[in-house]
Amino acid sequence: MSWNSPPIGLYIHTPFCQVKCPYCDFYSLPSQGEEFYDAYVEALEKQLSCFFGGTAARRIDSVYFGGGTPNLLGEKRIGRILEQVSPYLENDTEITLEANPGENLESFFQGIHKSGVNRISLGLQSACAEELKQLGRRHTAMQAAQAVEAARKAGISNISLDLMLAIPRQTQDSLGQSLAFCEKLHPEHLSAYLLKLEPGTRFWKEKERLFLPEEEETCELYLFACRELERLGYHQYEISNFARPGKEGRHNLKYWHCEEYLGLGPGAHSFLEGKRFYYPRDLHGFLDGKPPVQDGAGGGMEEFCMLALRLREGLQEETFQKRFGIPLPKSLLRFAGQLEKAGYAEVRPGGFALTAKGFLVSNSILAQAAVCLEQAGLCT
Amino acid sequence: MAIDRNKIRNFSIIAHIDHGKSTLADRILEQTSAVALRDMEDQILDNMDLERERGITIKAHAVTLVYHAKDGQEYVFNLIDTPGHVDFNYEVSRSLAACEGAVLVVDASQGIEAQTLANTYLAVDAGLEIVPVINKIDLPSADPDRVRHEVEDVIGIPADDAPAISAKMGINIDQVMEQVVRLVPPPEGDEKAPLKALIFDSYYDAYKGVIAHVRLKDGTVHPGDTIRMMSVGSEFTVTECGYMRATNFEPAKELSAGEVGYIAASIKAVKDARVGDTITRADDPAKEPLPGYRAVQPMVFCGIYPADGAKYPDLRDALERLQLNDAALSFEPETSVALGFGFRCGFLGLLHMEVIQERLEREYNLDLITTAPSVIYRITKTSGDVIYIDNPTNYPDPSLIATAEEPMTNAHIYTPTEYVGNIMELCQERRGTFKDMTYIDSDRVDIHYELPLNEIIYDFFDALKSRTRGYASFDYELMGYQKSDLVKLDIMLNGEVVDALSFIVHADKAYPRARKMAEKLKDKIPRQLFEVPIQACVGGRIIARETVKALRKDVLAKCYGGDITRKKKLLEKQKEGKKRMRQLGTVEVPQEAFMSVLKLDE
Repeated sequence: MSWNSPPIGLYIHTPFCQVKCPYCDFYSLPSQGEEFYDAYVEALEKQLSCFFGGTAARRIDSVYFGGGTPNLLGEKRIGRILEQVSPYLENDTEITLEANPGENLESFFQGIHKSGVNRISLGLQSACAEELKQLGRRHTAMQAAQAVEAARKAGISNISLDLMLAIPRQTQDSLGQSLAFCEKLHPEHLSAYLLKLEPGTRFWKEKERLFLPEEEETCELYLFACRELERLGYHQYEISNFARPGKEGRHNLKYWHCEEYLGLGPGAHSFLEGKRFYYPRDLHGFLDGKPPVQDGAGGGMEEFCMLALRLREGLQEETFQKRFGIPLPKSLLRFAGQLEKAGYAEVRPGGFALTAKGFLVSNSILAQAAVCLEQAGLCT
Repeated sequence: MAIDRNKIRNFSIIAHIDHGKSTLADRILEQTSAVALRDMEDQILDNMDLERERGITIKAHAVTLVYHAKDGQEYVFNLIDTPGHVDFNYEVSRSLAACEGAVLVVDASQGIEAQTLANTYLAVDAGLEIVPVINKIDLPSADPDRVRHEVEDVIGIPADDAPAISAKMGINIDQVMEQVVRLVPPPEGDEKAPLKALIFDSYYDAYKGVIAHVRLKDGTVHPGDTIRMMSVGSEFTVTECGYMRATNFEPAKELSAGEVGYIAASIKAVKDARVGDTITRADDPAKEPLPGYRAVQPMVFCGIYPADGAKYPDLRDALERLQLNDAALSFEPETSVALGFGFRCGFLGLLHMEVIQERLEREYNLDLITTAPSVIYRITKTSGDVIYIDNPTNYPDPSLIATAEEPMTNAHIYTPTEYVGNIMELCQERRGTFKDMTYIDSDRVDIHYELPLNEIIYDFFDALKSRTRGYASFDYELMGYQKSDLVKLDIMLNGEVVDALSFIVHADKAYPRARKMAEKLKDKIPRQLFEVPIQACVGGRIIARETVKALRKDVLAKCYGGDITRKKKLLEKQKEGKKRMRQLGTVEVPQEAFMSVLKLDE
């Protein structure tokens, strides 16, 4: 029966890094020895066989190796994992691996391409040496360019670059340089994230001394990036994501479309069969085979709207009606009208979506949208 | 068994705040062994938490004690503690009317203060014998001789043999009690005459109904007697009478002339046993009530609203219950566009208002929004009608007003001379008219001003304290209405008048107040999706303007590896935050914005 269900996304977390970046709060630990990685992949395989062992196994149309630093696992272990799930993979499955630019990626890329990886997401963050240093990155912009070249040479034709906005001391000029650098590499996809300080990170502790751009500058940097990327032919399809037509990241779209995905590894989150669950941020627990923790029901109306409004396609009457069997509440559409007047949204026939200016205040918009739903008696 | 009236001493203690009245009362209780040491809690007469915390007495309390005097005799002391604040002047006067003497406690370093003097005059007017006591002689700055002279000069009573004591350290307390025996005359009265009992305090007890604290002037009262409240004529049957001991009630078969005790008669609310009223017997009534009764009138009004609209019935219940015990508290329902359903409440003064608000919040767990306090304005309309306005919302259109009047006070401020300049500046700012200034001694003065009541009720106390480093004291009494150039100031948010923020103000004050309010609101209203213009206007003319700029950035840029719950929680939190705000059109106003405009000087 599960073969008739829509295919899901599979996320594999690699909780290791050579050096922890001072802004990052994803779950990752200092890199370990080879034997340790073997043990970790065995634990992953054990969990995989739980989900893909029986009749409930689902088809997969996207796989995402995130981290941490997935390339630390090496091409053989990546291959093993992909081999285990290969019976479930759709023909055109998008298989992405996050990599940090560095030395000797050429043979690694060749290896994983053979195993099926067809998309690379490279953490460039900035093309300015000074900014890379601020971010504690251990690579140069040149190495990132070489990594792109290596990936293409290996036959991986779908490349995404990560950029960071509002880096300490970043200016519109320096951001422009980074964007121009990216353009020359012709990536198919770009993610541009506003730097956010997270508790527990080194940046959080040092925030007073960081020379972060002021709020107004931060907004300008974001809007500038949106405009520039649009001009370069990358359309903004989500708050922080830009792509050539047809090259939107399929895996992340699953999150925002409220579709199902399974995440494996400590700190990885899943949404399957209406339920959300996650593995705690505890490597040893995961190695010991501890099961995931339930995280309540997912896919409700509020959540659906919250996620849809992250996208440029926005909240559409048709999908909403199909999923929940009712039209979009009037109060929400009235609110959309107010948003449009202030330049925060575009109201289109059959729905509405936020503009880049609207994305910048999307939390406030979403909270008000949730209040609208609640007033319409649709959520609590 | 009646007590020998010659051995009774009815007295109260009067003092300025912090001069040690309650501490002295505690020491007296201790030394008459009225309280077992294990029951001893500091300041036993101040029952309410609020009273202990603030170090003030809000309600009167009384206790009957037995003192073994040095002459070998046993004396019955009825110690009646009085409220220590100008808001409760009337209650003070009734408590004093129940006594033959008053122990005047004066701080050995601070000397006489405004409150002391005001209450001492009340006591002298009531014909009480004054027993001066110099307290806090343990302090290094104590100067008992100077203070003795001050008492003689200012009050005009001999203070040569005034005991010099330290209530805190328990020094010379026996001298105070000996002076009470010696100086305070025993009560007079005729127990054969028709009953006349003065109610000097009353409070509601869940089991016994209202318990009236009384001083019998004439006659006797027993359980089973039918009594009558002489001001209203209502009748009740006495279920119990007796003496107030330090920690319990002691029922008695009879109370008789000269004694102080309590009467319970299944009375449902204190408004049926009002302070100052006279109790007599229905079968043998007195011809005349005791003098001095008046129904207390609220002078300060404000709107009180539950922060959560659903708590409206709870607020009503709480106010009803407080009113059982507080005949001076008035309230009636009112509606505000901004704040929903609430009550217009009337108080004796600012302290009374604060006390009620605090009790509602603490004892009844209510989260409140209050509007700016208002006095009662007298408006003569062009039609000749005279109306009284205690709510700015009801203020008539200026074209309909012939004359507007506001209540005035006679105010006395006692201060070391070095602060005279500051105080005069403050009083000028508050539209005061200087009357005169007299020297209490070489370095302290009594400054007399006429001040509009509405200038006192906002934050006069705080301003006075901060400008005199706490050294000045202040007392006032109402003196009637005076013609005034009043205007109604409205605040508009995003073009809509917010009724709860309107208030009546003197025309000269409108501009600075409008500007301050607009600034304060700008400060307190958070940036939101849409820009919020704040305008203050008088009669449709905008006199101050601020803008809360639209929010710029509030975004979670990254979707944490499919951790939707984290985002959902954030959204939930933000949604809850919105619910705590008042939604006025598209503008969200936090509760504290309403409260912030009450204290504009901070």
